Amino acid sequence: MSNRIDVCFAKLKTSGEKAFIPFITAGDPDLATTVKLVQAMAAAGADIIELGVPYSEPVADGPVIQAATQRSLKTGTTLTEILKTVRVIRQTATVPLVLMSYYNPILQYRLDKFVADAVAAGVDGVIVPDLPVEEAQPLAQAAAAAGLHLIPLVAPTTTDNRLVAIAAQAQGFIYCVSITGVTGARQQVNTEIAALTRRVQAVSTLPVAVGFGVSTPEQAAVVAKQCDAVIVGSAIVKVIEQSPGTAVSQVAEMVKEFKAAL
Amino acid sequence: MKQNKQGYFGNYGGFFVPETLMPALEELIENYQAAQKDQQFHQELNYYYRQYVGRPSPLYLAAGLTKHCGGAQIYLKREDLNHTGAHKINNTIGQILLAKKMGKKRIIAETGAGQHGVATATATALFGMECFVYMGEEDIRRQALNVFKMKLLGAEVISVNIGSRTLKDAMNEAMRDWVTNVENTYYCIGSVAGPHPYPQMVRDFQSVIGTETRRQILEDASQLPDYIIACVGGGSNAMGLFYPFLNDQDVKIIGVEAAGHGVDTDQHAATLNKGKPGVLHGSYSYILQDQNGQIIPVHSVSAGLDYPGVGPEHSHLKDIERVVYHSVTDKEALAAFHLLCRTDGIIPALESAHALAETVKLAPKLAKEAIIVVNLSGRGDKDVHTVAEIMGVAL
Repeated sequence: MSNRIDVCFAKLKTSGEKAFIPFITAGDPDLATTVKLVQAMAAAGADIIELGVPYSEPVADGPVIQAATQRSLKTGTTLTEILKTVRVIRQTATVPLVLMSYYNPILQYRLDKFVADAVAAGVDGVIVPDLPVEEAQPLAQAAAAAGLHLIPLVAPTTTDNRLVAIAAQAQGFIYCVSITGVTGARQQVNTEIAALTRRVQAVSTLPVAVGFGVSTPEQAAVVAKQCDAVIVGSAIVKVIEQSPGTAVSQVAEMVKEFKAAL
Repeated sequence: MKQNKQGYFGNYGGFFVPETLMPALEELIENYQAAQKDQQFHQELNYYYRQYVGRPSPLYLAAGLTKHCGGAQIYLKREDLNHTGAHKINNTIGQILLAKKMGKKRIIAETGAGQHGVATATATALFGMECFVYMGEEDIRRQALNVFKMKLLGAEVISVNIGSRTLKDAMNEAMRDWVTNVENTYYCIGSVAGPHPYPQMVRDFQSVIGTETRRQILEDASQLPDYIIACVGGGSNAMGLFYPFLNDQDVKIIGVEAAGHGVDTDQHAATLNKGKPGVLHGSYSYILQDQNGQIIPVHSVSAGLDYPGVGPEHSHLKDIERVVYHSVTDKEALAAFHLLCRTDGIIPALESAHALAETVKLAPKLAKEAIIVVNLSGRGDKDVHTVAEIMGVAL
């Protein structure tokens, strides 16, 4: 069976559309809300959804996602519970799902068991922000064997040599980090992102997604000209933080606006 | 995990950091390798060790403590006599010299007890660089004196008020700063932790401790020690003492972790004794974590040992059983702190007091000819307030 991520990008390519990929932290404010948020975002036009697995030491994240992580951990969210939640989501939704997790929770779950359970639950890809290509082999092999995409990150600092090595192992899409920095909104979106996306496109035929620092539909529209997909996290997570009671409808509205802007 | 890979000690080490930082680590590896082969770099480093830090530090036969214990002869490697009062300066002089050669002007560091922060602020003042030190709010409270020293030296101390507000959170924030400012910033890590090449590089800079000790004990006692002992938080003073002795199979090596209120409570920092391998702060090593891989809170009376990780080389040395790792409680460390004040007129750092507490247990069981060398990694001035607070004395 082909991976839902590949199917999604193939379809968008035919229709000439860009993908919109929202991120939320799983279990923020609780896993029941996560189910509702995913259903609402899918219905509102999200092409792929990223679910953050909370980790106590989120070194690649800015204050907004750090706070979401702490809220989620406080309610006892674990990777096991998140995979159960994905099963629930899969009863009604076919949207491709990508887990974003730091390495240690996956490592402690056991790589082979994680890959098997994730695929069985209906996860399509995984992004591990603290797993550079040098260390990715054990997870990459297990994931490839099971049909789970290990989606790599590349940054403006990534050298051409590294890009080639990363592209050789990449699956699903390549995640371009738009700025040197942690996740979170920026006043200005990095206009030099085109330099990075062009370098990536020169070494890979995979779809290119841009994330980190994109927080408004206007910024997303600018970025989308240079890539195949735009990822927005902190701006959405901020809404969940500020109005947990009405988050589901507000987030759905946001997703519609972002998708319309692309 | 793979073996025999760059940056690994057996199964432990590696580079588990965001891609944004990998090119900076590659640059650092290249520059450090070049510096290792550069005679001029070593001459410069040795000049500062001798004329600025005050090396070699003495190896002192602690007559009072030896008599008190009534067994083995106890030697103290006097890292407390270094400029800035601890072993940390050995590393910061080396790294900041390297950063200068690399053309970096902005230096960041994390600190727990404040000793590494002070040592970094000192080296950046010496070489005329900008310095930003991340420190947990809780540690800022415990170590007000060191915070003020850093400011006097021209560093900016940035308070970290997330998580446990201690060393691990300071390190998270320093990593985030580095990810953001990697193009002009050098991250001066204070222990043998973090991604490759830090564990190796920091060990190399600190191994001046063991190299001197080996020469000094041969001069003074015409034999190698039977035991060498050091406290282990991240483990840099211990690696520095141990490394030059690793091939001396007759030298028994003991690392001492912080047992806090006891290793069977949830208030300790005995990572090698109670932890499991995992990834924290860029390397694969023993860490204190729950079954889901979340880092758990740690405790030690000593801010410098209050850390849920440990350098990857220590994890390897534990697994191959070249070094044994024991632990001592806050109470035992405090008793040893008071003891050395009285027996030899030396106020030790609370970190070093953990190594002393282990020594006090071991020495009486050994013959009078036996020799123990303890790394007195730092002086206790910074801990006087903590000890007074525990004693109920208002200063």
